[in-house]
Amino acid sequence: MNVDEWLERAIRDAEQRGLGHIRPLLEALARQTRALRAADWNDPTVPGDGRSEPAPDSRARGAGTDGQ
Amino acid sequence: MTSYNTLTIEQLAPLVASRRVSSAELVEACLAEIDRRDPELNAFITVTGDSARRDAAKRDEELAGGHGRGALHGIPMSIKDLIDVAGQPTTAASRVRSGHIASADAPLVTALKRAGAVIIGKCNLHEFAYGTTSDDSAFGPVRNPHDPTRSPGGSSGGSAAAVATGMCMASIGTDTGGSIRIPAAACGTVGLKPTYGEVPCEGVVPLSQTLDHVGPLARSVADARLIWEVIAVTADAQIETSSHRRLGLPRAYFFETLDEEIRARFDEVVARLQGSGLVIDEVSIPHARDISPVYDHIVCTEAAAYHAPMLDARPHDYTERVRERLEVARYVLAEDYARALKGREVLRHEVAEVLDERDALILPTLPIQAPPIGATTVQVGAGRQAVRSMLLRMTQLFNLTGHPAITIPIGVTSDRLPVGLQIVGHRGATRRLLATAALIEATLQT
Repeated sequence: MNVDEWLERAIRDAEQRGLGHIRPLLEALARQTRALRAADWNDPTVPGDGRSEPAPDSRARGAGTDGQ
Repeated sequence: MTSYNTLTIEQLAPLVASRRVSSAELVEACLAEIDRRDPELNAFITVTGDSARRDAAKRDEELAGGHGRGALHGIPMSIKDLIDVAGQPTTAASRVRSGHIASADAPLVTALKRAGAVIIGKCNLHEFAYGTTSDDSAFGPVRNPHDPTRSPGGSSGGSAAAVATGMCMASIGTDTGGSIRIPAAACGTVGLKPTYGEVPCEGVVPLSQTLDHVGPLARSVADARLIWEVIAVTADAQIETSSHRRLGLPRAYFFETLDEEIRARFDEVVARLQGSGLVIDEVSIPHARDISPVYDHIVCTEAAAYHAPMLDARPHDYTERVRERLEVARYVLAEDYARALKGREVLRHEVAEVLDERDALILPTLPIQAPPIGATTVQVGAGRQAVRSMLLRMTQLFNLTGHPAITIPIGVTSDRLPVGLQIVGHRGATRRLLATAALIEATLQT
């Protein structure tokens, strides 16, 4: 499932559960997920453990959902 | 009496052991400070004054009988209210936990008591430790003792405020993304996150089981070490002294969004350390920009797994913002959790590589000053930044990698708000990190 599809389904589900107000947080998580998936270690064609410099597209970052 | 409240355990312990100061006097000094400061700061959820007085009397009787328990004999300490103390509620600062009473001490609390510590109370925190500001608590926000309009940091905000003001001599906190180091830096105390797994998390309400750490907040590196030696079950036996006298400084990424006053204070410290003979060279974590997405996907997944039953059963007992973030966390896909776990291994390897041939890494603990209570964004340079992302920016990497990290105070800003220096050591070498931190602390105090 790509991130756009995931986000659409998550927003729909949250709204059905009466949690439509969490949409901005879901969008923030989607930005983090896009960044995560863009990281070069996910590419099975990259040899080794992906310790090379990250690809340029993995550097675009949105606000995090944070933890502690 | 209140002069005791500013002394370190290292200074007090010999006075207690030689019976020049009694544990009862120390407990009374702390309780008096709680009476004086806590109505404003809200650092404690439960003050166990009666049991502390009884325990202090027992500790004094033991010494009169020639029996000393150890390094913490008669020392009043507090415990973050996420950790079980037998017979007391473990609220996690949440209405979700109402009615809970711990049936047994967490093993780390047992160890503290065995070493003679007197538990004086349970400290306020960000609800379920899921936040960095300590303002989302069922018991109200904790306030920073240096400016009560500001956050003390979190999630162990009550512990840091209590140590900074002398309401206790030290405290135990937890740290999943920085929750010991962030409040310690914001309140001007020392805070140690040991190597992952060294201090048992049994009897501690979990947040993220592969990221959770337990450690001390104290007034000096020596005090943090005394406590760590008591509560660690796998304390390393590695060399204690700094062997290389070389530190790494990861500027890229970490210094890109940084309050100018903190940058200036940090640069002064670097110059002083270099002047003392330490070699400090710049290093790079190649995947530093991936820290935040990797961290979020792990902490969200693991927190959601723990909280799902309670979110379904009593959602309205959570504070609003914590509930919202936990509900969002439930939408993380398993495949993204797996990607994040792979990313964590990459980052762990990169941190280990830059530590090679160096004693430690140094960087600011926080990129911003303690933010106003309730603020969600803060001005840094030309832009507005999210408070929570900023507070986690320097610390969360070392929860992912499990490396030990400590913060020590290095002065204040023009607003008289504390600034912290974070020192990061080798995995499994917390003792060596503490030796390096003690060297730096001593250098900066001369």
